[in-house]
Amino acid sequence: MSNAKSKERPEGYPDRHYLNAAHGLKSWFLTTDHKRIGLLYLLAITLFFFLGGAFAVLIRLELATPGGDLVQPETYNRLFTMHGIVMIFFFLIPSIPAVLGNFLLPLMIGAKDVAFPRLNLASWYVYMAGGIFTLWALFEGGLNTGWTFYTPLSTVYSNTAVTTAGIGIFITGFSSILTGMNFIVTIHRMRAPGLTWFRLPLFVWSQYATSLIQILGTPVLAITVLLLALERTLKLGIFDPALGGDPVLFQHLFWFYSHPAVYIMILPAMGVISELIATFSRKRVFGYRFVAFASVAIAILGFLVWGHHLFVSGQSVYAGAVFSVLSMLVAIPSAVKVFNWTATLYKGAVSWETPMLYALGFIGLFTIGGLTGVMLATMGIDIHVHDTYFIVAHFHYIMVGGAIMGYLGGLHYWWPKIAGRLYPVFLSKFAAIIIFVGFNLTFFPQFILGYLGMPRRYHSYPDEFQVLNVMSSAGATILGIGYLIPMLYFAWSMFYGKRCTQNPWGAKGLEWETASPPPTLNFDEIPTVTEEPYDYTPKEVQHAG
Amino acid sequence: MQASSHHSSALAHHFDSFEQQRESASLGMWLFVAQEIMFFGGIFTAYLVYRVKNPEVFALASSELDLTLGGINTVVLILSSLTMALAVREAQLGRGKGVVSFLIATLVFGGIFLGIKSVEYSAKFEHHLVPGEHFHFAPSQEEMDHLWETKGFTPEHIDRRAEMFFSIYFAMTGLHAFHMIIGMVILLFFFRPAWRGRYNADYHNPIECFGLYWHFVDIVWIFLFPMLYLIGRA
Ligand SMILES: [Cu+2]
Repeated sequence: MSNAKSKERPEGYPDRHYLNAAHGLKSWFLTTDHKRIGLLYLLAITLFFFLGGAFAVLIRLELATPGGDLVQPETYNRLFTMHGIVMIFFFLIPSIPAVLGNFLLPLMIGAKDVAFPRLNLASWYVYMAGGIFTLWALFEGGLNTGWTFYTPLSTVYSNTAVTTAGIGIFITGFSSILTGMNFIVTIHRMRAPGLTWFRLPLFVWSQYATSLIQILGTPVLAITVLLLALERTLKLGIFDPALGGDPVLFQHLFWFYSHPAVYIMILPAMGVISELIATFSRKRVFGYRFVAFASVAIAILGFLVWGHHLFVSGQSVYAGAVFSVLSMLVAIPSAVKVFNWTATLYKGAVSWETPMLYALGFIGLFTIGGLTGVMLATMGIDIHVHDTYFIVAHFHYIMVGGAIMGYLGGLHYWWPKIAGRLYPVFLSKFAAIIIFVGFNLTFFPQFILGYLGMPRRYHSYPDEFQVLNVMSSAGATILGIGYLIPMLYFAWSMFYGKRCTQNPWGAKGLEWETASPPPTLNFDEIPTVTEEPYDYTPKEVQHAG
Repeated sequence: MQASSHHSSALAHHFDSFEQQRESASLGMWLFVAQEIMFFGGIFTAYLVYRVKNPEVFALASSELDLTLGGINTVVLILSSLTMALAVREAQLGRGKGVVSFLIATLVFGGIFLGIKSVEYSAKFEHHLVPGEHFHFAPSQEEMDHLWETKGFTPEHIDRRAEMFFSIYFAMTGLHAFHMIIGMVILLFFFRPAWRGRYNADYHNPIECFGLYWHFVDIVWIFLFPMLYLIGRA
């Protein structure tokens, strides 16, 4: 019966679209269609997400009891290192840009494709090549330096697969750079007639800001990791204290990328949230230009704050004070966004669709993550909770509570566009709530643990921390189930879901003005844009006003 | 619409005009150069930090580099940039044979540069100036005494700091040479289309973009030469 239902075609459902335009593995692995490349990325990063998740499961299992009874301390070091590397470089950073950005950017600006389609495909292969090195590092036994690769641990003392993993990250970085280049050129040069900068969807603005960071930040990480690898293999001692080298220089260079990298993860999520809030409030985003410029401001300010990771690393107190103030400044554009989303909800026709649940969850969790970020920018507090679970909780609220909520919200919102099919409504709302509850149960206790002084990166802890750790591990179980459910119903929906109409949410935006799923060249005729984005005001009212 | 332009194989399907295609390629290339600047920027920063920390030993170690060979190489690279620019000019004018001859000249200059560089490298091997176990830096006794009296530097201290200088020297010049090798390999792919006369006033962005890359690599050397060979030289 469900099979018959899934074959039903709503009016206007396309016969030919990008999914059935060509068949066979070759048509996928050699495609230059940005939509198919987006799906290739979706597949790849989902695999890495579950790999990174598996490490998290082992970490939380070990921490369910105070004693180190599941794994050796050395194994534990490798677990949290691999968890961090896989999740950050192979899931979070490519997640929204490479999947949703790739799929949506040309559609949103009324273009046939990105500016460099073959480069786009190349970026996927570069990503996979980096991924293979990282998996290889895993088979070599993994590495124990933490995802931060601090020297001299990573250069002198660690005899684990640091070089292999470093090469993997070096290579994957270039896929991120290529994507960023492609997007900036696409946004500059490929917009449909009439689509001025201030008519662009806010998702496009946030992708633009993200791409700037990808282009200007990632190469600094690349050279840093390369110098690390040269030091390990050829004995070029750039960071070696024995030669007068400075390990703190490594930390400066590393965080020059790795702090802005947080904005590579969160800015695209903010762009998604702007779209969701507008669609499901049926209102123009309040203070559109402020939200747009806030993205650019976050990207620029993000390059000036890396020193807040070095408050206890021997950086001068004066530099620390400057970095502290600059870090707090990031709170301003971030707060502009949160206030403007809230103001958009005010008196809006709010509906509680699944993507909207993720959007509201994002606003709450990001606010907690952001405010604790301001606390940590204060040197006094940071020195007190440095390297404790408070930090772990803070950045998981940003990365998991923020970036992944945004990614899942976006995936649920644009899924009908991607697959041309629907997913089960009740189940998806259930999963969204499960994820929210599981997330908070996992990470909120970690704030308290950290405040009480439990250090991060240890496989055992004193007995008095057990209750909170058990809560965290239980939450992680719920969270894990919450992540499994969407993966299962999306996979099901891709083939058996009910076919949907072109614009099931009644949303504005060029991506909804073409068929779902779209044709290979996106539009039968390139649209001309004549109105503001998110123009949800009924036309009669507009004329009366 | 634009039926005529779609028949031309040089215009990719997703662009509306040659102008759009050309502007996209050149913006993309400038962004690539921006990321290259940040890439080299990391190691330039390391150089600056250590130079400021150890000005005396760095100046002393810098004197070990061969000024004549470095100077010749600078001239050779500038000449290669000139021939590259002329190759792009010929492409814009649609003169395929001219493109080919200037590309050959560029390749030859690039080869001379790498040849001279390898002579320099092998001299460093012979003089035990390659970082690692066998590194040994031996300035004159006079210099050593001077640094001991003024700064309190032991021979061991000087040896280690000089090893840092040569670590940076090999990392920087090695990366630069690697960029040149990549460039020379890519350059080979321009011979066929140039010979067949595919480049003209409408379509020349690939070779123009490559020219940008070549000039960028050249400019990196223009910074490396004074930083490594000239500043503070005894
Ligand atoms: Cu930071």
